[in-house]
Amino acid sequence: MVKKKAKMPTIEISCVEVWREISNYLDNEISVELRERMEAHFKACAHCTAILDGTRNVVELVGDGKVFQIPDGFSKRLYKKIHKLL
Amino acid sequence: MSMTQSQLPPNEAELIESVRAGDREAFYELVRPYERMVYATAISVVKNTADAEEVAQEAVLKAFSGLSRFRGEAKFSTWLLRITYNEAKMKLRKARSHLYESLDGQPPNEEGDFWPRDYADWRPIPSELLEQNEVCKAVQDAINSLNPSYREVLVLRDIQNLSIKETTAILGISEANVKTRLHRARLLLRDSLAPGIDGCWIKGQRYKKVRPW
Repeated sequence: MVKKKAKMPTIEISCVEVWREISNYLDNEISVELRERMEAHFKACAHCTAILDGTRNVVELVGDGKVFQIPDGFSKRLYKKIHKLL
Repeated sequence: MSMTQSQLPPNEAELIESVRAGDREAFYELVRPYERMVYATAISVVKNTADAEEVAQEAVLKAFSGLSRFRGEAKFSTWLLRITYNEAKMKLRKARSHLYESLDGQPPNEEGDFWPRDYADWRPIPSELLEQNEVCKAVQDAINSLNPSYREVLVLRDIQNLSIKETTAILGISEANVKTRLHRARLLLRDSLAPGIDGCWIKGQRYKKVRPW
């Protein structure tokens, strides 16, 4: 007889608890155990998945590097200022 | 090379030694890689380009005159951004000192749960959307509309990709505070950006509600 590997039950987690940790989830700042519980929740909950994807997209959009472009001539003016001081 | 600079990349430690030894030109080489970070940190506090540039210049000059106090215990960039942040805060205080009440008040109450608004998500990653000025402006406006304490953390973590540890060192707040504020900032941004991106920025895609709460 093949022995089935014992599977730990995943303890359910509520939507509110999931929202609380969404940012930490994206940054991988949560325990393995909580991560598993959240993943199980996302599989079953379209709403929380939408919030997760939306938050992830915001992080990517903001981190794109185009949001706060340094103004034209910034480097030149900074160099001038440093030069003056030297 | 002094023992205190063991944390620094070799070229940076050398540049610092050069500046201290009198080669002042080396200072520009030292700060150049961080220009953009200095500017972004400044603008996250003062919010307008002219003030941010002024703050950035003042911070860099201050770093030069204070370089002898830099012990190399933190990264040079962290030290420089900490100076920038303080400089920007000072500028803000000066600008507002004539007001009856400070607008840059306490951080909002971080107790209790934040309920994200109910928007369907946009699926495509819309990085190319930022090519459109309108969208870039919307993202900037959304960031600028955040409470300062949220905006500062978001800019350091998500725009400048600094670690939680670096962020705590620059802002002088705890790790738990960094995490909570970043969390709020991201969800608030999602609240303000999701309808636009869902609804009108991507052609042919319509905003739809997932489920009414």
